[in-house]
Amino acid sequence: MGSIQLKSVRKAFGAVSVINGVDLDIKNGEFAVFVGPSGCGKSTLLRLIAGLEDVTAGEVLIDGKDVTDVGPAQRGLAMVFQSYALYPHMSVRNNIAFALKMAGEKSDVIERKVQKAASTLNLTDYLDRKPRQLSGGQRQRVAIGRAIVREPKAFLFDEPLSNLDAALRVQMRVEIGELHNDLKTTMIYVTHDQVEAMTMADKIVVLDRGSVAQVGSPLELYNRPNGLFVAGFIGSPKMNFIKGPSAAKRGADTVGIRPEHVAISTTAGEWPATVRLAEHLGSDTFVHAEGDGIGPLTLRLEGEAPLKPDQRIFVTPREPNVHKFDKNGRRID
Amino acid sequence: MATRQGQALGRLALAPSVIALSTWSIVPLALAIYFAFLRYRLDNPDYSGFAGWSNFYYFMIDPFFVRDLFNTFALVFNVLAMTVIGGVLFAVLLDRPFWGRGVVRVLVISPFFIMPTVSALVWKNLMMHPVYGLLAEVWRWFGAKPFDWFGSAPLTSVSIVVGWQWLPFATLILLTAMQSLDEEQKDAAAMDGAGPLNVFRYITLPHLMRPITVVILIETIFLLNVFAEIKVTSVGGFAGNLTYLVFSQLNDANDVGEAAAGGLIAVLLANIVSVFLVRIVGRNLEA
Ligand SMILES: Nc1ncnc2c1ncn2[C@@H]1O[C@H](COP(=O)(O)OP(=O)(O)O)[C@@H](O)[C@H]1O
Ligand SMILES: [Mg+2]
Repeated sequence: MGSIQLKSVRKAFGAVSVINGVDLDIKNGEFAVFVGPSGCGKSTLLRLIAGLEDVTAGEVLIDGKDVTDVGPAQRGLAMVFQSYALYPHMSVRNNIAFALKMAGEKSDVIERKVQKAASTLNLTDYLDRKPRQLSGGQRQRVAIGRAIVREPKAFLFDEPLSNLDAALRVQMRVEIGELHNDLKTTMIYVTHDQVEAMTMADKIVVLDRGSVAQVGSPLELYNRPNGLFVAGFIGSPKMNFIKGPSAAKRGADTVGIRPEHVAISTTAGEWPATVRLAEHLGSDTFVHAEGDGIGPLTLRLEGEAPLKPDQRIFVTPREPNVHKFDKNGRRID
Repeated sequence: MATRQGQALGRLALAPSVIALSTWSIVPLALAIYFAFLRYRLDNPDYSGFAGWSNFYYFMIDPFFVRDLFNTFALVFNVLAMTVIGGVLFAVLLDRPFWGRGVVRVLVISPFFIMPTVSALVWKNLMMHPVYGLLAEVWRWFGAKPFDWFGSAPLTSVSIVVGWQWLPFATLILLTAMQSLDEEQKDAAAMDGAGPLNVFRYITLPHLMRPITVVILIETIFLLNVFAEIKVTSVGGFAGNLTYLVFSQLNDANDVGEAAAGGLIAVLLANIVSVFLVRIVGRNLEA
């Protein structure tokens, strides 16, 4: 069991309001990702759930029980920190065993659970090492091992992969996903990287300056962003936003079109443009162009497109994929 | 500076300070060695010439030698115990935010700025004096007979005076170390269910082991030759250390040769202790 609910949660540090009334419902077994730009309050929200910070107003419920005044250890949640926060002077074994020891478990029970966690995470050979004798990926695993031995109601991850190199990040992403499939425990995962959010989440919570901008599955957010902020944040490369006559013609203040939802012609089309740079990735070509009177455009074409700098092109958006926004930046349908 | 040219240049640039430092330490040492083998008394010009090892011999069979050797170590040990335990407690307390923390920090550090002679005088006459002292007043307030600190427990009393002066040093180093303790580690320990005492035992104390080692190493070197506090509180006759014994050979017995020999023995002792400390405690630093 591990459902988590937030009701009108607010958090202020002194006079500065960091979380401005968040309502959220995370179901048991769900993989929820909090995503948003740096400083939007993701870590703070996670720490409020963990009990490491006190809410200024509102309630936190775990399995329907109000835990707002319950300490972090008693909430039954486990957290993996961005810096891993391993205890540097303890062996891997003692790091993993620490919570069990604090809970007063018997030593044979502790040893059995540590062995089990270690074999799940391929750490059996490293149990007697100190954290500084491990690679980044191994430290990450120890941090996860420390969380899983407690058999928590939910796991909280705060940007756990941001200290790893790109290849390892992809690998750990997969491993965390598999862990979720195996354990079926609720996980809340914080990241500023929308690719991580899109690939891992059952449910994405997009945060913008301390408020929830939108909640939905990855594809809902991709297909139907509810405003300019989410539209610009989800998807890579970023969505193009165009104001002016093209938008007015469609009854909107701004229209948005993703780089992959355009047709390009060398003869005719809606937006004449000049190619600035073409990035050939083999599978795709990313084209950076300057649209006449509408500013920079990013375009994504499948396969190899024979485009060169300074070439004139005509860009036409695919109509069903055009997103329309009013002057407050909200979606119009 | 891995190139040969760079190394030559480096040596040249270092030369002035190396020469100054060597002169600084070698000249007095050479003089001490020279005097230590001379028959040289200030009150007897006829007593002269080469003395062989006799100065060393007489210094070591001096009835005070063994006692003062013991006092030297006892003083170092007492002060280390006081400053390390007190320093850890102060560091942990001052690391948490509370109202007036800035002022309290300055107060805790301030004994450091007081000259040893002055602090010894203050302790002797204002704090521990059996008649006028503040502590005597406290004793009387509780209806007890005032304790004659320097009279009845000279070594303990001097240890307290010196410990009071070195407590700020230990506190300062340990407090700085506390501030480098990763906040996320404390959070992780809180999530793992460790209460304040367990956090102290399993997180804070291990984190402080290295700086404690540094405090012990540095303080020992200075504490082996405490002098001002012993002289000013006039407990040299009971709680004198080796440094004081050297002084009294010169000042009371007018024997330059034996004082120099005693000085050399003290230097040798300090070196032995340092080597041992660096070996034993310094191993901590590598871990
Ligand atoms: N302990 C704190 N005291 C004061 N301000 C804080 C504290 N923790 C976070 N903040 C502020 O709250 C905002 C959100 O921080 P955070 O939750 O860490 O953002 P994110 O994790 O999304 O990058 C930031 O502007 C940060 O400066
Ligand atoms: Mg953060």
